[in-house]
Amino acid sequence: MAQSNDILTVKGLKAYYQMAYFGIEREVRAVDDVTLSIRKNEVYGIAGESSSGKTSLIKVLAAAIRPPLKVVDGSLTYRFGDIEIDPYKAKKEDVDAIRWKHLSYIMQGSMSVLNPVRRIKRSFEDFAFRPMGVPKKEFWERTEAHLRRLNLSPDILRAYPHELSGGMRQRVTIALATVCQPEFIIADEPTTALDVVVQKDVLAMIRDVQQQMGSSVVFVTHDMSVHANMADRIGIVYAGRLVEEGPTRTLFTAPKHPYTSHLVGSLPRIGDTSPKAALEGRPPNLADPPAGCRFHPRCPLAIDKCKTDVPPLVAVGESHRSACWRSDDVKPLATFGQPAEALS
Amino acid sequence: MLAIVKDLIRYNIEFAIGCVLVGVIVVFALASFFSPVDPTLIYVAIPDQPPSGQYWFGTNSRGQDMFWQLSFAFRNTLTFGLMVAVLSRIISISVGLLAGYLGGWVDRVLMFFNDIFVALPIFPILILFYFVMRSDLDMYRLAFVMACFGWPFDARLIRSVALGLRHREFTRHAVFSGMSARRIMFEEHLPYVMPIVFATAIANMIWSIGMEVTLAVLGFTNVNIPTVGTTLYWANNHSAMVVGVWWWILIPVLLIVMLFIGLFLLTVAMNEYIDPRSRLRRMGGA
Amino acid sequence: MTTLLDVRNVSKRFAMGGILSRQYTDAVIDVSFALESEKPEIFTIIGESGSGKTTLARMILGLEEPSDGDITFEGTGAADRKNRKVRLQFMRRVQPVFQNPFEAFNPLKQVDRYLDATARTLLGLKGKAEIEKSMDDALQKVGLSYREIKGRYAHELSGGQLQRVAIARALIPNPALLIADEPVSMVDASLRMSIVNLLKDLRDNFGVSVIYITHDLATAYYISDRLIIMQKGYVVEMGPARTVLDAPQHPYSQLLKASVLSVDDAGQGNLKPADRAMAEAAWAKSGEGKLTPRDDGRMVRVG
Repeated sequence: MAQSNDILTVKGLKAYYQMAYFGIEREVRAVDDVTLSIRKNEVYGIAGESSSGKTSLIKVLAAAIRPPLKVVDGSLTYRFGDIEIDPYKAKKEDVDAIRWKHLSYIMQGSMSVLNPVRRIKRSFEDFAFRPMGVPKKEFWERTEAHLRRLNLSPDILRAYPHELSGGMRQRVTIALATVCQPEFIIADEPTTALDVVVQKDVLAMIRDVQQQMGSSVVFVTHDMSVHANMADRIGIVYAGRLVEEGPTRTLFTAPKHPYTSHLVGSLPRIGDTSPKAALEGRPPNLADPPAGCRFHPRCPLAIDKCKTDVPPLVAVGESHRSACWRSDDVKPLATFGQPAEALS
Repeated sequence: MLAIVKDLIRYNIEFAIGCVLVGVIVVFALASFFSPVDPTLIYVAIPDQPPSGQYWFGTNSRGQDMFWQLSFAFRNTLTFGLMVAVLSRIISISVGLLAGYLGGWVDRVLMFFNDIFVALPIFPILILFYFVMRSDLDMYRLAFVMACFGWPFDARLIRSVALGLRHREFTRHAVFSGMSARRIMFEEHLPYVMPIVFATAIANMIWSIGMEVTLAVLGFTNVNIPTVGTTLYWANNHSAMVVGVWWWILIPVLLIVMLFIGLFLLTVAMNEYIDPRSRLRRMGGA
Repeated sequence: MTTLLDVRNVSKRFAMGGILSRQYTDAVIDVSFALESEKPEIFTIIGESGSGKTTLARMILGLEEPSDGDITFEGTGAADRKNRKVRLQFMRRVQPVFQNPFEAFNPLKQVDRYLDATARTLLGLKGKAEIEKSMDDALQKVGLSYREIKGRYAHELSGGQLQRVAIARALIPNPALLIADEPVSMVDASLRMSIVNLLKDLRDNFGVSVIYITHDLATAYYISDRLIIMQKGYVVEMGPARTVLDAPQHPYSQLLKASVLSVDDAGQGNLKPADRAMAEAAWAKSGEGKLTPRDDGRMVRVG
């Protein structure tokens, strides 16, 4: 049931790559029956490996898909104030009207947003002037105020992207993505290319701006330690499906899917010398996924049922869902500080 | 290989049309092997006959059956174009890959010569060759000379690709696997430059055939060998258009346009097929 | 004790720009360390981008010549490896493992061709059976078999499998030293530990020393014996891995450790930007002072 504080509701979403090259037809089920909702004022982390379909999923959420990727089934509804819109059913103008103003993105490489041969000022004008819909003078006033709020000097508007360091450029793209105070921000691995010291600062900045504006952020990365520090809730994607979803602390301390349990349990930590086991096998090929639970060939808990029947994503606790036939038997592989109950 | 061609014909309309156009010309050129007449003889038929059931392409003012005359002309022109393309590809691949992979002074020396060849005015030099060699300048020699001038632009293109490949990790991996420089260039890097090689080969054929036509029309080749160029030379010499023997000019021009369009379509289709990225997609990767 | 690898006062300076505005960048400045033959170990070089760690690795592999100082491997330096025969001999002993396994294999070629070439040229094997056996032996060491990868293309294997094939390839000539530059940064999370554990296994069971280059302190802590921490070309701290990482002493090492995202308070929202004072201290005196030995076996750069 869609609650009033959900900003995005996704139901039974399926998006496939449908391709034909010289007679060989392929269908890749990159997003396969995903149902989730994202609340106002939360950071929702999406975790998954390469080719798990997480990138396709957020492209679908961002209404930025291009053939051969197609939405085949399901619905996707955004609620911005009294605007209610499904980008795949609405008119193109209506979708364009919400971009940047209500729905914006922070991308992996800052260079894909900032035009390398133009001053940063121009990039702000290109992206944000029209969506903000105010006169020029007010636009620049608001932009400068926004930069100051993010502890950036308005002087950087006059700089060229190459004059800034990688970390500073990423900060500028965050400022650019948030200058219109959007309610919904999609962040696609915004810190993977950054060094550790800068990464922490940039993450803190995203968290900070999110809290100031009360926006919702969908944060995608494969790095569980980033999720640990950023996300309020995490959705784990495996082979095109959402396999587990729950509050961050719960997923770390009491995972209910063997894949999650492995992901968080095998994280090496300073001060911890215990041997960390690796997960055998390889992520499945989405063009030809295994039957039943897609994780079963690599799963230490797999039983015969897993090979034939697809486990549904069902509630296993408070706002905690898992798609595993043996979710009760999943044990955490490592401990993280104190258990959740003791802290709350 | 046969399966690839079958796939291409079935799924790629450009390839199918290109095949038909080039195929018609090739069959026409091959027909010359069964010619009942010797193309070098003149006044073997009634001159200036328009196209008819007896003379499909008419006859020219020199009393030759244009059908067989053009069949020989296209055979020679195609052979010439192919020779230039193959020879100049060999030079440009070798120079491009060597310069790109080895780099350093090898690159500097090769590119120095490359740039000299880029700068040389080809046309006057070819005319000079004609004046020195006169009737010794047959088709094969001319093809060889043209090949020596037809490589530098493409060598630079190939070099730029090879330069990028040199810094890829798989090249270093190959080095530490003990592969020799020759093996790395011709087995690891060559597949990446093949699309350029094919695209430029056909562009090169179009260039060399065009050049041959120009030289021949002006009379700077051995005009007794039937080629598309010399056919037009004789037509011009006999003021074919003025005296109303339009088929002498129109038919060869139509056929050569057909050939060029066919070659162009084949390049487009082949590039799509051979491009490493589209190849990878077909293989199921990337 | 014989020395396997001796890096002595090595510096590397790159010239940038044209003739008129020539500028120099010092990528590596006065780095020294040595590995012993009898004691295989995992020696980690930690640094961020621009710290010179990759340049240092390239110099050890002979892909770059030091501007100053010497690197000798089993007594021979880069200058002694001018002809192909000696270079091949060097490659038998030192092998690289690359960062991105998908880049390390030509996507248009089958992966076994690299193993085959290595067995042929570096081991000098001729017969088909002999070559297949040496490939299979090496693949067994990394938990694969020749049957599994025969005729496969890079895209048909996972990043983890490919990286293991790459390591198997490097193991064919029985090298004494592997140089692994960020070998797990492009490998998926669920497969990452298999590579890290494999490196450990190579050291413990096959006596191969590994120079492990990374920016990730957590895996460094997990597998290394000794490490050096580099900042802008300088070594700021070196010593036994766990001693150093448990309580780093140089301000930059401290900043690095403080920047590691902790998972212990996952979901608590305890993310704070790096301490300004600490960050300033780390960068203020970069490169100043001399490496000074401490009682616990580490060396710290102090002014």
